[in-house]
Amino acid sequence: MTGLAKQRREAPGPLEYLRRWPIRTWLVLVTIFLYAPLITLMAFSFNDSKRNIVWRGFTLKYYVQTFADSDLITAFGNSLTIAVVSTIVSVILGAFTALLLWRFRFPFKPALEGALALPIVVPEICMGVAMLVFFTEIMPWPTDLIWPLNLGAIIISHISFSFSFVAIVIRGRLASFNRELEEAAKDLGAGEWRVFRDILIPHMGPGLLAGALLAFTLSLDDFVITFFTSGPDTSTFPVKVYSMVRFSVTPEVNAASTILIVLTVALTAVALRVSGGQVALAEAEGH
Amino acid sequence: MDEAWTRAKGVFAALAGPPVVWLAVFFLIPLGVIWGYSFGENASLTHIAVNGTFANYAHAIRPLYLGIIVKSLCFAGLTTVLCLLIGFPVAIAITFASQKTKAWLLLLIMLPFWTNLLIRTYALMAVLRTEGYVNQALGFLWNGAGRIAAVFGQSIGTFTPLELLHNNFAVVFGLVYVQLPFMVLPLYAALDRLDRSLLEASLDLGASQLTTFRRVVIPLALPGIISGVLVTLIPSIGAYLTPDLLGGPSSMMIANVIERQFKTANDWPFGAALSFMLMYMTFIAIAVQAVVSRGRQARAT
Amino acid sequence: MTTPAKTIIQFENVTKRFGKMIAVDDVRLSINEGEFFALLGPSGCGKTTLLRMLAGFETPSAGRILIDGEDISRIPPNRRPVNMVFQSYAVFPHMTVADNVAYGLTIEKVAAPERARRVEEALALVKLDGLGGRKPDQLSGGQRQRVALARALIKRPRVLLLDEPLSALDAKLREQMRSELAQLQDKVGITFLIVTHDQDEALAMASRCAVMNRGLLQQVATPGDLYEFPNSRFVADFIGSVNMFEGRLLVDEHDRAVIETSELPTKVYLDHGVTGAHASTVWVALRPEKIELHKRGQGTPPPDLEDAPANHNLAAGVIRQITYLGSESVYDVEVTGGRTLRALRSNLTRRDQEDFVCDEPVWLAWHACSPAVLLS
Repeated sequence: MTGLAKQRREAPGPLEYLRRWPIRTWLVLVTIFLYAPLITLMAFSFNDSKRNIVWRGFTLKYYVQTFADSDLITAFGNSLTIAVVSTIVSVILGAFTALLLWRFRFPFKPALEGALALPIVVPEICMGVAMLVFFTEIMPWPTDLIWPLNLGAIIISHISFSFSFVAIVIRGRLASFNRELEEAAKDLGAGEWRVFRDILIPHMGPGLLAGALLAFTLSLDDFVITFFTSGPDTSTFPVKVYSMVRFSVTPEVNAASTILIVLTVALTAVALRVSGGQVALAEAEGH
Repeated sequence: MDEAWTRAKGVFAALAGPPVVWLAVFFLIPLGVIWGYSFGENASLTHIAVNGTFANYAHAIRPLYLGIIVKSLCFAGLTTVLCLLIGFPVAIAITFASQKTKAWLLLLIMLPFWTNLLIRTYALMAVLRTEGYVNQALGFLWNGAGRIAAVFGQSIGTFTPLELLHNNFAVVFGLVYVQLPFMVLPLYAALDRLDRSLLEASLDLGASQLTTFRRVVIPLALPGIISGVLVTLIPSIGAYLTPDLLGGPSSMMIANVIERQFKTANDWPFGAALSFMLMYMTFIAIAVQAVVSRGRQARAT
Repeated sequence: MTTPAKTIIQFENVTKRFGKMIAVDDVRLSINEGEFFALLGPSGCGKTTLLRMLAGFETPSAGRILIDGEDISRIPPNRRPVNMVFQSYAVFPHMTVADNVAYGLTIEKVAAPERARRVEEALALVKLDGLGGRKPDQLSGGQRQRVALARALIKRPRVLLLDEPLSALDAKLREQMRSELAQLQDKVGITFLIVTHDQDEALAMASRCAVMNRGLLQQVATPGDLYEFPNSRFVADFIGSVNMFEGRLLVDEHDRAVIETSELPTKVYLDHGVTGAHASTVWVALRPEKIELHKRGQGTPPPDLEDAPANHNLAAGVIRQITYLGSESVYDVEVTGGRTLRALRSNLTRRDQEDFVCDEPVWLAWHACSPAVLLS
């Protein structure tokens, strides 16, 4: 106890910037800037007032309304379906890409690496309109397909921008692979396939999971590209919320948003725990 | 790591096939079509003739659209500068925090940008509108001041809410809000790689904190600063949602014009040309970064 | 060696090129059954490449490698009768210790009960009994190495290859593992082939060593012969520390030789002839512990050397630096003419270290059998 008190009185060391008050104040202000809007949004989803301005007491009625809104629920189901399918395909394609670039030396490798970086750097709006044109002119996606096949165009678009991110995450994981492990397995009698199954796949594990979570959130988050590829029957959650937001600020939107925020925060927590920060850095590099 | 592809052709083909085909069919072809359209014209309601015309690009640099492009660049530039100024102290605080605090601070910065972009923008709308919380807080302060003024027999009039939404201010505010974490992370990554003893050496040799920052920290963190600038600038130039929801009629950015060409004005060739103007700008930014960092490397060795 | 040794590994004119770089240059080498053989050399000398060619991770650019008389060049690494302990140990991080050790047997499809028995045996052999359920990250570096050893030994290889096995351990543990490895080899009777850059390690453990430099095999000999009878300046210099002089052969008869060198104020006398000398230029290598220190001052006569004529093998000098190392002290002595020689002296009594002081004039002397004469 006394030791602690003593520590507090100590002046900050020359590099202990976090213990200096200007930096601390700045951090607090930035935190407020980042969080105040989101927290008020979430708080007012429980506000018993249509006008959404003054606090009138706690209610869950907007959540009830949200869950009763069949359009919104359909959109939410669409979003989840798209995210799940695009995640599975993205992880497979991403893993293939990562293994290819990690293992082989081949002509046009820099060209392929450049092309793979494109989906990450191309502005969303450009990709959105490209997909719109592609799915109306080049490969018209039938509109009368049964669910979930009618979501095909959106799923394909999502895979196209996700799998490069996944490849980066998995390639990063592969870079830390100790080649001696592979040699050790071979030395002990394992053939190519056994090495892949027994040694390489387990090593890739965290990368695969991190890549999957990244692809899932990217898909769930996307608005712009989906906006251009979705039709009236294939609305996703963000697209639906967008159409609601355009009209007004209502507590129903707050409630729906709160649900999505909680969902993504939970997913993030899992992703960070599993990957030790890999997901975060990969996403930061890409976006 | 560097096995020649000829040594295991079967494995190579199996690995290369799916991603390459996917990338070509579902990414490069769509972009290629748009690129082609940017040199075409509307022949009829449903048909676009690609005839190699540059009319769409000429159209895009007429004053009206050139103005929007310049404005997009200005918004993005301003956003980047603000993010850098706001984000640098934050990155420093994270870098020099203890291991445990560091993880929490990183999470603090990261969490908002894991939240849906649309929701974050919507949250800002609720905060900034005339009956929003910012104006309420200001009104509360104003009325308080008015009551104090009344004690002294003065009147400061009634509070008129500030117009914070649907203008250029709101767009830049929103862009900063959305992009800030993207700036902080690369800055932090660069600062974290920095050898602490370099700073201590500078201080030990008599430099002040400020001189150390200017002469040691900034030059060594430059790669991180550059990549932070890039990951903030590029998405900002092409931002669609922020100007659409927070901006007014006069704060349209390129992306909004592009969307309009494709969704309402139905002038696809012109929209395609604008899209590729945006792409070219992106590529130029990346090329500049590559040249700068290569130049630095060349000088370093 | 009482029984005639049976050759187990043969490198026949093996060469390995990486692009323009020649990593291994025309190596001819035989290793016998039951040997503890060390490949010794500075980093980048080609010793690891040689080992990896034997394991099958590199293919020779030219030449053949035989195990038990059979050319193994076309056999992939997973079918070779050799197993390796890797420098990083390469213990599979996602498997338990027991699973790691059992891995080779699993691939051979050995039945579970026998597998379990042999894993137990192997773990006992490397003194890891009872740790089979642990994950590698719960083990110390030394324990991980034992896992790697057990994992390789359980396959009962014809030859066990060890790539710098002790380099990642701290000094104390390294010393302990040295003797344990030697004991282990004794116990299992498998041929060990170890690669190391650490001469102490090689001298302490190996029954025979090959010294390599720049891809070339320099000398193959027992540790004692490498140290006392090096065949080149490189080996003399690489193994232990040495005082080296360039000189001219004045006399070369069957029972004596005299070498004159400008670096010493005395001639070097040898009690044997120099064989194979083509040119008159030779090098003299003199180990520090073979140089005696004697007091030199007014009234003290120079020491009497019984096995050399007067004014041979006797140099006057002044102690310039004394490095006290506990069991012994190192004396750097500047001899007349400016050259500094290093002499080593055990501190036999507790007062020994006070015997000589800095800047004291001394005689340096050595026996006629001590210097090694090198022709290259």
